[in-house]
Amino acid sequence: MNTAKPKQVYFFGTCLVDLFYPEAGLAGIRLIQREGVDVIFPQGQSCCGQPAWNSGYRDEARDVAAAQLALFTKEIPVVVPSASCAGMMKEHYPALFRDTPLETIAVDLSKRIVELTAFLVDVLDIRVEDLGAPQKVAIHSSCSALREMQVGDKIESLVSNLSRIEKVEQAYKRECCGFGGTFSIKQPEISGAMVADKTATIRDSGADILVSQDCGCLMNIAGAFEKQGDGPRCMHLAEFLWERTHADD
Amino acid sequence: MSKARQNILARLRSAQRPDISAIGEGSAETHFWDIDERMRRFTDRMTAVRAEVVETSPETWTEALQAICEKKGARNLLYSAASAFGEVISQQPPVAHPVTTDLGSDVWKTTLFHEIDAALTTTLGGIAETGTLMLWPDAQEPRMMSLVPPVHIAILETRTLFNTFAEAVAAMRWQDGMPTNALLISGPSKSADIEQTLAYGVHGPKELVVLLIRN
Amino acid sequence: MQTTDAGFDIRIRDALGNERVRGNFRRAMDGLMQRRLDLFPDAEAMESLRQHGMRIKASALSRLPELLEELEAKLTGNGIRVHWAETPLEANQIVLDIMQSHGATSMIKGKSMVSEEMGLNHFLEQRGIDVLESDLGEFILQLAGEPPSHIVAPAIHKDRYQIAELFREKFPEIPYSEDIDELTQSARTILRDRFETAEVGLSGVNFAVAETGTLCLVENEGNGRMSTTVPPVHIAVTGIEKVVEKLEQIPPLLTLLTRSATGQPVTTYFNMISSPCKPGEKDGPEEVHLVLLDNGRSGIYSDPELLATLRCIRCGACMNHCPVYTRIGGHAYGTVYPGPIGTIFEPQKGGLDKHGALTTASSLCGACGEVCPVRIPIPNLINRLRYESQHSDGVTPGSGSKRKRSEAMIWKAWSLLYRKPLLYRMMTKTATRLRMLAPGKAGPWTRYRTAPKPAARSLHDLARTHGVVDE
Repeated sequence: MNTAKPKQVYFFGTCLVDLFYPEAGLAGIRLIQREGVDVIFPQGQSCCGQPAWNSGYRDEARDVAAAQLALFTKEIPVVVPSASCAGMMKEHYPALFRDTPLETIAVDLSKRIVELTAFLVDVLDIRVEDLGAPQKVAIHSSCSALREMQVGDKIESLVSNLSRIEKVEQAYKRECCGFGGTFSIKQPEISGAMVADKTATIRDSGADILVSQDCGCLMNIAGAFEKQGDGPRCMHLAEFLWERTHADD
Repeated sequence: MSKARQNILARLRSAQRPDISAIGEGSAETHFWDIDERMRRFTDRMTAVRAEVVETSPETWTEALQAICEKKGARNLLYSAASAFGEVISQQPPVAHPVTTDLGSDVWKTTLFHEIDAALTTTLGGIAETGTLMLWPDAQEPRMMSLVPPVHIAILETRTLFNTFAEAVAAMRWQDGMPTNALLISGPSKSADIEQTLAYGVHGPKELVVLLIRN
Repeated sequence: MQTTDAGFDIRIRDALGNERVRGNFRRAMDGLMQRRLDLFPDAEAMESLRQHGMRIKASALSRLPELLEELEAKLTGNGIRVHWAETPLEANQIVLDIMQSHGATSMIKGKSMVSEEMGLNHFLEQRGIDVLESDLGEFILQLAGEPPSHIVAPAIHKDRYQIAELFREKFPEIPYSEDIDELTQSARTILRDRFETAEVGLSGVNFAVAETGTLCLVENEGNGRMSTTVPPVHIAVTGIEKVVEKLEQIPPLLTLLTRSATGQPVTTYFNMISSPCKPGEKDGPEEVHLVLLDNGRSGIYSDPELLATLRCIRCGACMNHCPVYTRIGGHAYGTVYPGPIGTIFEPQKGGLDKHGALTTASSLCGACGEVCPVRIPIPNLINRLRYESQHSDGVTPGSGSKRKRSEAMIWKAWSLLYRKPLLYRMMTKTATRLRMLAPGKAGPWTRYRTAPKPAARSLHDLARTHGVVDE
């Protein structure tokens, strides 16, 4: 599914990346720029509105989402380094804005949303040289990536194409890590049981590094490893890929 | 008419009709196998669930039946004398005590529950894809024959062996009229209710033997 | 049982702490998931079949009142008596009336989730009727005095040792055994003469075909056929949403059901009943009844989005794949229908005030929606019910009942902060500057994870420094 390479794209960083994983966001921008595509980062952006949407607070979600609509008006792709946020904007914005004055704009924006790993593989078809040290890498794809956006295979191929990486597979790979946004707050025991199981399977895989295309999952899994006292290094795919493939300036 | 009926239908009618035009048709799988492939698939599926399939012919099925009865230790065999197969059995019974289905209704149930070792039925046909027998029980071959006795022997002629259930239903036009009870039987009875582990011979027959007559 | 927030929390905690039951569920779900996968080797064919199933059920629902009338007319013409019930109580009363009209005091049951919904066993037993479950799983639970924890494999939470112990206690004359085959044979022996002597047999219905007036039932054990063939009276109970238009639609639905539920190409028996026994027929019931139960379904029908709930064919695949159900088991939900389908069905049937808490017990991972044979978008419906639980303008009974002022205010504040770029950037600037003061304990999150600490600089900041243009 190779779409033509655009001259410019927007980058929607997501609120989690903005505050907790900004290096991943910057890496994503750099990966795109390296392929000769201009990146626009509207400074007015904040959040796609998903936290409120998933909690049943649709009006509040709509207000925040509406503020984003005004910023991405050019008919160019909007690249998002999170399948979860991309999913919100692509799959749910039409419903969120149905029967409102902003419906047309929202639908238009939703059609231009592209998750980052899908953009790298399907649109940019990036080729990279692996300059990193040999490592064992496990991949955790978010539920949104696997099921909602159906881009789980992109991160797999990006990692596979790194010549010095040995990919390892953890058991129950497709099972949810237990983040689920406010689920981890509203049902902490169940969420805790899920992340405990997830960290155990990743540890058992022997991975040196865990990569994911979603920072919600990363925050959840990495935080659990840290609390347990050990575990592999957890990175967003963008940061991992940039780190391994760019020569230091 | 009952008030509940009125209220329920009124509530349903007051709703706006769902629009299904955007829902794609999708499709079911179809298969077209030759007779050998159909027999092979039917047999594989049946034996996978511990049914026995004995391949035989219009000339040799009586011997096969006798061998089965001996193997199962059946002292008696319940069958319908009215069918073409039944007529042959009446001439040369494969067991010491053949019992025909023209028993009185008053003793039917107790005979089946307490006395019959094995029951033989014909079939409407078979389904290769899933290893299934189709039965339309009737006055001559009532429902309990394929349910109560510990051994059920079924005659399946390959000329009635369809690829799929859908094919059989369409070819035989079941929609034109259904019998009191139509049955699909795909093996001896079983359960996996304990630890998801299969255990055979629950409430239906413990054993199912299919006499597969090639014709 | 009400799924009050407190009760639900306690049951969840107990379930998570019960190593044995968690182990039983994990093993069982893993097996069921694999078996289903093995029976759908061709992904494209599977998607096409799921779409077909969705279309068949959606199309039946689009004509529900007409099809119910058609079904009733056909069944009646065939000699089957049709009864309608708005509530479980009405349905129970209908069953009781039928039994009393025959002076019957014993009933043998095939498996029926609708009869659980009705609370039928308890209702009849209180009125002096002996009710015996004949499905092995339900029989075991009846002995144990427990409700089902799964809609297809009701005793899935029990292992063989627990069952062996149960049999030892209830049937001391039978030699103790932990062998599954022997336990199963014991059940066969025990139930045999109950089948023979039962006065009334009760069953559910998997599909009711309007075109021919036919009630269809799947099973493996033979107890369903026993219950619907041997006793002189057969009563079938079903929800109004089970009607299907045409007989030709049954083969695809059947294969979707058996493969999705237990990974079987077909069940041992598929039983299609169209009338009581006819003159000359030696067996089969003389009287057959169908009770059509509403119990909130007609309410669900009125909403075009939530209507999808009624497509359910009760395969159980959703709960087999649910990471939450796997860990808390069916009983923790405290409802007749557990797991993802329970999460959307129960609040709509019984009210968000009673069952709204269920909607919080999902990470919206989508594993359920991915396997649903009729493509119910379960995560979207859970999300919708979350909205309805917080806002009184919803269509579901009890809408708005879960709203907490404190949470509503948090989201109002969040919205203000996040929709105004200036306020948002002030917030991130403060958070990054004061990152060292980020709390180490952050409520329930930090029970299992360290608290996230803001980065030294936001992406907004890095992007600007890196020279990325603003527009």
